[in-house]
Amino acid sequence: MKVRVRYFALFREQTGCSAEAVEWPGGTAAELFQQMAAKHAGLTAEAAALVAVNDEMASWESTLSDGDEVLFFPPVAGG
Amino acid sequence: MKFSVSDTPIDVAAARQAVADRSCGALVVFEGWIRDHNEGQEVERLEYEVYRPVAVKEGERIIDEAVERFGVSNALCIHREGLLELGEVAVLVCVSSPHRGEAFDACRYIIDQAKTRLPIWKKEHYVSGVSEWVNCEHCAAAGHAHGETPHD
Repeated sequence: MKVRVRYFALFREQTGCSAEAVEWPGGTAAELFQQMAAKHAGLTAEAAALVAVNDEMASWESTLSDGDEVLFFPPVAGG
Repeated sequence: MKFSVSDTPIDVAAARQAVADRSCGALVVFEGWIRDHNEGQEVERLEYEVYRPVAVKEGERIIDEAVERFGVSNALCIHREGLLELGEVAVLVCVSSPHRGEAFDACRYIIDQAKTRLPIWKKEHYVSGVSEWVNCEHCAAAGHAHGETPHD
């Protein structure tokens, strides 16, 4: 299946890109992150990282669908 | 809109006015300021990156939760985006309610949740010339989990 991945803040700097199209067999958001971390040497998993799918906050365990836009948020620090 | 993101200075007086209510006897305002130091480093300025589509949606949700939980009458939150100088207001929370207790509680709830749930990132530019993304994970929950109270 095909998904679009977007990286923000620290993750954007670690991967050197803000978005990419990814063709992969499918799975959970956590599995997609692992796959992207294998592709981008600098991308590091963080316990407090968050994920959103199609502009809604999601769980790392949620299963992705074809065409989803997956947003990887490094640990947030508002305020 | 109850939650908004602004790339220009926050008008605190206008925000107070927006929660003005004759049935309310209490207004609690929290201003988060840009401080000149963090974790032993001298801060020169700060940069906020905000992913608006999710931040606004989730921010509105936090305010709805606060209103429902604490029964306050009016609440709003405004967060800055972009480059900020020392002393500027980075985030503002205003809550009005008939009595002060629930207004304090709701205000605290909104700022604490905003710090942990909204896709907002802070890059500190230090006087030394170095800049760094701030990881707020350990300070967000308690508001002051370690000595230097990073970003209240």
